Amino acid sequence: MWHIEREGLGRLIRLLADRGYRVIGPTVRDDAIVLEEIEGLEDLPAGVREVQGPGSYRLERSNDGRLFDWAHGPDAGKRFLFPPRERLTEIRRDREGMRVGPAPEEDDRPLALLGLRSCDLHAIAVQDRVFMGLDERYRRRRERAVLIGVNCAVPGGTCFCVSMGTGPRCTSGFDLALTELADGFALEVGSRVGQELRDALGARPASEDERAEVDAIATAAAERMGRTLDVSDMPTLLYRNREHPRWREVAERCLACTNCTMVCPTCFCHDVVDDVSLSGDVATRSREWASCFSAEYSWAAGVVVRESHAARYRQWLTHKFASWIDQFGVSGCVGCGRCITWCPVGIDVTEEIAAIRATDGAVEVRTA
Amino acid sequence: MSTTELREPAAQPEGRPMRIAVIQRIVPETPESSTYWMTWRGNDGEGYAFEAGQFNMLYLFGVGEVAISISSNPMHPHHLGHTVRHVGRVTNAFRNLRPGDEIGVRGPFGKPWPLHEAEGGDLVIVAGGVGVCPVRPAVESAMRNRDRYRRLILLLGARTPDLLPYKDQLDEWVALMERLGVELHLTVDEAVGTWLYDIGVVTTLFPKARIEPARTTAFMCGPEVMLRFAGRGLRELGVPAERIYLSTERHMECGIGLCGHCQLGPYFVCTDGPVFRYDEIAPLLEVREL
Repeated sequence: MWHIEREGLGRLIRLLADRGYRVIGPTVRDDAIVLEEIEGLEDLPAGVREVQGPGSYRLERSNDGRLFDWAHGPDAGKRFLFPPRERLTEIRRDREGMRVGPAPEEDDRPLALLGLRSCDLHAIAVQDRVFMGLDERYRRRRERAVLIGVNCAVPGGTCFCVSMGTGPRCTSGFDLALTELADGFALEVGSRVGQELRDALGARPASEDERAEVDAIATAAAERMGRTLDVSDMPTLLYRNREHPRWREVAERCLACTNCTMVCPTCFCHDVVDDVSLSGDVATRSREWASCFSAEYSWAAGVVVRESHAARYRQWLTHKFASWIDQFGVSGCVGCGRCITWCPVGIDVTEEIAAIRATDGAVEVRTA
Repeated sequence: MSTTELREPAAQPEGRPMRIAVIQRIVPETPESSTYWMTWRGNDGEGYAFEAGQFNMLYLFGVGEVAISISSNPMHPHHLGHTVRHVGRVTNAFRNLRPGDEIGVRGPFGKPWPLHEAEGGDLVIVAGGVGVCPVRPAVESAMRNRDRYRRLILLLGARTPDLLPYKDQLDEWVALMERLGVELHLTVDEAVGTWLYDIGVVTTLFPKARIEPARTTAFMCGPEVMLRFAGRGLRELGVPAERIYLSTERHMECGIGLCGHCQLGPYFVCTDGPVFRYDEIAPLLEVREL
């Protein structure tokens, strides 16, 4: 473990920018902490606190100047490694016929994602399993990216990473991991790139006291989780409760607005859509995030397979916590709690799963 | 930088390149479907081959892609037939195609019919309505290799005679099947006009076909309700669940298990299917709106 003073973080941001990275980090916009391109320390959310609960996210101010005493806003690394809308290819049509062109150019600077939480790092590892073998764009962005984690000192009211085994301390998947201390940052190195950056920053070895403080912060954070979730017996718990009455009950509250899937750092479903130029001779194919909460998502051969909100909610929750394990060998949930915070009616996955578990095996009686 | 354990890299990432094909002939099949026969443009068909039961992603310029099973003979991968039912945005745009028009083709995708499983025994193919389209290549392959199977039984049905595809070839098929000793049974739920065959849902053909369960491997394709009843019917006759296969349908956009749309329980229909073994999938077909 190493140590840099507070200004060292500003130097790290500039160092990455000088090396050609597009440096993405937390900043305040529209009363939320979001991830955006940053230029220096002054862009970070100094003295900002979050209050998160089901269907509620609010910022508060303090004057202590601390940079990372919050959990996370709606953004995770996903928005950059797997952008919400991305042009894939251009297809031209003229007298000679149809020609499939190369992908349109994009910002090709490698990404440096700074301020990711342990849950966010795990989410990237989850998406790696989905995309790396199949998607060149993702792989190129991912392989060139530098990931800088920041250990949580103040988890949010909807966080449950301890239950999912994904935090709060960064233990894998980072190049560098920071812990905010009173006089600077403790620095952990997770890769060769991280090692180089540490050397370039001139970090000094951390003292015994500093190491102990990092441990204490992580321990305290783990005890301050806003939520807990029992995930024993997954995936079978949800598989054997496909006809549970709770699906209909939650569907009476669910608006099928898709917010949970948009803020989820692992949801990967997408559509590919065509836009045609005004001249009619160029079609641009773009990839866009899709959501299993929309009707058109399951449209097949003239019918919507999942007509009811109950079926859509069941699909999402069962995929996230159960079938994901069969498909990718890990849970699709990293316990970040964003789906709870950003649900406009405050539906809480931990509560829904607990309710099903409490009445395991219940079957809805259909009268129709 | 550090990346965790990953899915096996695909042999052809990005879902296979888009090839261009040219529409040669359009054959109306039912009031809402037509078969589009196409050949490759230039060298675009180089290296292309498919197996019975697989599908292609067909692209219409500026409109989008749609997953359509291949209905033509796998022996002729340079002369492809896709029967398209005009029920959605992309499939309705197919109505505007004319011979000479170009379309994009990615594929083939998905698991094929396991024809080898049936070798040495009886192959029973049960299909309803447009479900006939994905089994047609299996029928053609089985007829070509007629000697590999003991009995070859085709049970085809539709709601009404006009909803049965490939009627223009029916006489030709009936003659060929008679010659090859293929047992063909046709039925419709409601007969209109001159219908020379059976009346009733496709499962009513089972007793008539005198299926011998111990020797039988069955392929089924059709609406989910038909699959449920035909599956149960075959099981009741004593056909083992692990020798019944069926082709399922879900919204497929990528063909490589990436876009997420085609999930059915733990499966991605585009890569784990569309052909599944009955025991893998039957419990899922019983769940509404899954």
